[in-house]
Amino acid sequence: MKALAGTWSLVRLILRRDRIILPLWVAVLALLPVAIANTLADLYPTAAERQSYLDIVTANPALSALYGHAYGSGLGALTAWRLGGTVLLVGLATLLTVIRHTRAEEVAGRRELLGATVVGRQTPLFAALLVAFGASLALGALVSVGLVAYGLPTTGSVAFGLSWAMFGWSFAAVAAVAAQVTESARIARGISIAVLGLCFVLRAAGDKDGPSWLSWLSPFGWAQRIRPFVDERWWVFLLFLGLIAVLTFTALALSARRDLGSGLLPTRLGPAVASPWLRSPLALAWRLQRGTLLAWTAGFVVFGAILGSVGDSAVEVIEDNPQLKAVAEQLDGSSGLADAYFAAVMGLLGLVASGCAMGAALRLRSEEANGRAEPVLAAAVSRVRWAASHLTFALLGPAVVLGAAGLAAGLAYGLSAGDVGQEMARVLGAALVQLPAVWVLVGVAVALFGVLPRFMAFGGWAVLAACALIEEFGRPLQLSKRILDLSPFAHVPKLPGGEVSAAPLLWLALIVVALAAVGLLGFRRRDIL
Amino acid sequence: MNDHSAISVSGLVKTFGKTRALDGLDLSVQSGEVHGFLGPNGAGKSTTLRVLLGLIRKDSGEARLLGGDPWRDAVVLHRRLAYVPGDVTLWPGLTGGEIIDLLGRMRGGLDPKRRAELLERFELDPRKKARTYSKGNRQKVALVAALASDAELLLLDEPTSGLDPLMEAIFRGCVEEERNSGRTVLLSSHILSEVEALCDRVTIIRDGKAVESGTLSDLRHLSRTSISAELARMPVGLGGLPGVHDLRVEGKRLRCQVDSSGLDSLLAHLTPFGVRSLISQPPTLEDLFLRHYETERRHAEPVDRAGVAR
Repeated sequence: MKALAGTWSLVRLILRRDRIILPLWVAVLALLPVAIANTLADLYPTAAERQSYLDIVTANPALSALYGHAYGSGLGALTAWRLGGTVLLVGLATLLTVIRHTRAEEVAGRRELLGATVVGRQTPLFAALLVAFGASLALGALVSVGLVAYGLPTTGSVAFGLSWAMFGWSFAAVAAVAAQVTESARIARGISIAVLGLCFVLRAAGDKDGPSWLSWLSPFGWAQRIRPFVDERWWVFLLFLGLIAVLTFTALALSARRDLGSGLLPTRLGPAVASPWLRSPLALAWRLQRGTLLAWTAGFVVFGAILGSVGDSAVEVIEDNPQLKAVAEQLDGSSGLADAYFAAVMGLLGLVASGCAMGAALRLRSEEANGRAEPVLAAAVSRVRWAASHLTFALLGPAVVLGAAGLAAGLAYGLSAGDVGQEMARVLGAALVQLPAVWVLVGVAVALFGVLPRFMAFGGWAVLAACALIEEFGRPLQLSKRILDLSPFAHVPKLPGGEVSAAPLLWLALIVVALAAVGLLGFRRRDIL
Repeated sequence: MNDHSAISVSGLVKTFGKTRALDGLDLSVQSGEVHGFLGPNGAGKSTTLRVLLGLIRKDSGEARLLGGDPWRDAVVLHRRLAYVPGDVTLWPGLTGGEIIDLLGRMRGGLDPKRRAELLERFELDPRKKARTYSKGNRQKVALVAALASDAELLLLDEPTSGLDPLMEAIFRGCVEEERNSGRTVLLSSHILSEVEALCDRVTIIRDGKAVESGTLSDLRHLSRTSISAELARMPVGLGGLPGVHDLRVEGKRLRCQVDSSGLDSLLAHLTPFGVRSLISQPPTLEDLFLRHYETERRHAEPVDRAGVAR
């Protein structure tokens, strides 16, 4: 196996480089299932309560679209159902790991250095896959052990843990193929995430009210159709294994054929002269960020349209159930059930838009660290002007994508509810009101950029992840209000329907300005690293 | 600080953590000259250039660039200079041509005729995406962008490190033209032949300090000429001559190194023995450089470094 020589040294190198981030995501994701099971057990202690919860859930296409089919009313089955969307994070973590250690290394030129040592042609890809597979398997094992220790049936726990592991393997393999196809790590990452999103949408469409074979096209659907804790159908794992085998062999075959540094698609020649508009840092930032922004916008439009189109059915179902209606009204203090639904959904979109904003802000650091800030700053460009060029996209990017999602959701919902004009405005407002909270996260990133630049990427994503965990799981986990209030999203008005008061928005704006000022002043004073 | 000084640096100190990258550096570049900035890797050449560009902040000392403060007046000064970094990284999705134009426009202007001419001379295809360029081609992109500008000062950080010998020759031709058109060039390098061929004056830097500075003939004056001679009779009494080193006499043949100051007396001493042939090799910069580093290393004991003023 000359093609795989040096695999173990490379695996050790990857583990050394990821010694913090890898255990971190494995540990955080491994804790989630137990935490959710515990919360559900608190909320629905008796079998009868769980049965009525299941009835509501199965009757509600909106919930089916978000989380998938629920197959049983046992605690384990409900836990597995509730995590039907969360498994996305497992796929995200493994695909990022694989791209980071394959195409990204190649683009950075470090792969070439390794290629000249006693390392087989397939080794880097193989080693990256081994690490991603190993981490997924460890995650799956921890999840199983955790659930068994919590007192859930062993068979179901093993099936559920294994489904997470296989889900992780699937998207590691998707990323392995994507890394062979394009010459850019960024595009490879985009393709993998788009496939992940598409799989989610397929499952959502199939489980909502579309034909159920749609769900069978998606690993999200497979994970649930294993039916852990109900009647485990082990043969579904064959679908996972088949997909993983096909993708892995495709990736290895592609990587064996192509030259180092190249992709499958030949690079075309570009313009010999720059367009007249390409003459400022802002124009350069636009040139660098426009593709990403366009992809985000497209994704938000699709996601918004889906969420908007199920809004109507969500309301009907809740209205049919007086008990739930009372709960929903009480929870959000607003009259419309649709309002409660859209407020929740837009909160989720706000978090995703923060990811878009964070990516744009982190361009500052990657441009600096890769030495591409230097030629711009050595021209007649002040530091603040250069920083502002990328920050424009970190601030306006989320406004664009949230606006697009709000319009799409409002249009889809308005068409089904019969009042396009008014609903569009209300849903759009609900989307845009997330912006101050998104900007606080951008502010944190900018402050880090000015003061602790080497820590910016890690710190920025960590703060975003913490907010996401608090927002999505804080309430179910019954965390204290003090912790819930740490997230800026806790302070935006609950639109549509909720009251808008100026004070929290002003405070958020003030925090954004203060953080940005700290960051820019720090950047003006420090060395370019 | 006079009007003719494009760059004037004195006592410049810059530390990174515990490392003293610049340790009281002095550097003076006159307007209109091509100044060689010589030193091995890690001596502090790039750090000096980055201070001069206002990319990093000096800890102490004086630094003036084109009559301004490189940190405070960075934007204004950058309109008047062009920079080629030692390690050129480009935006992978942009073409070479786009990058040349972009950098030129952000600096404040580019001569399109000169751009076209340089592209042809360097044999660079501007339509290719930067990710497909080799190190040498990336270097060419930065060089064309700098040379096609109308900047009065060029800061070049090891600009030929990725170029093949043919391209290096073309680069030398370009620098000659820059000199003739009155531009100031600071050329950092560790390639001595390049500096020797191009530069009016040279500063040698070691461990963040300038150890020598002057014209090439100034520096040669400081160093030894190697002499080998064939005489009619066996020479005697050479050992006591001032400035003669590494003396080897084999019969009527003689080889030695001699300080510039000792050349006169050596020749006067040899003439009576009947000089049949005489080869005198002026010191190359290479010799000078190596000699400097060897002696530095030999005497690099703490006592010497701390106590002796240079």
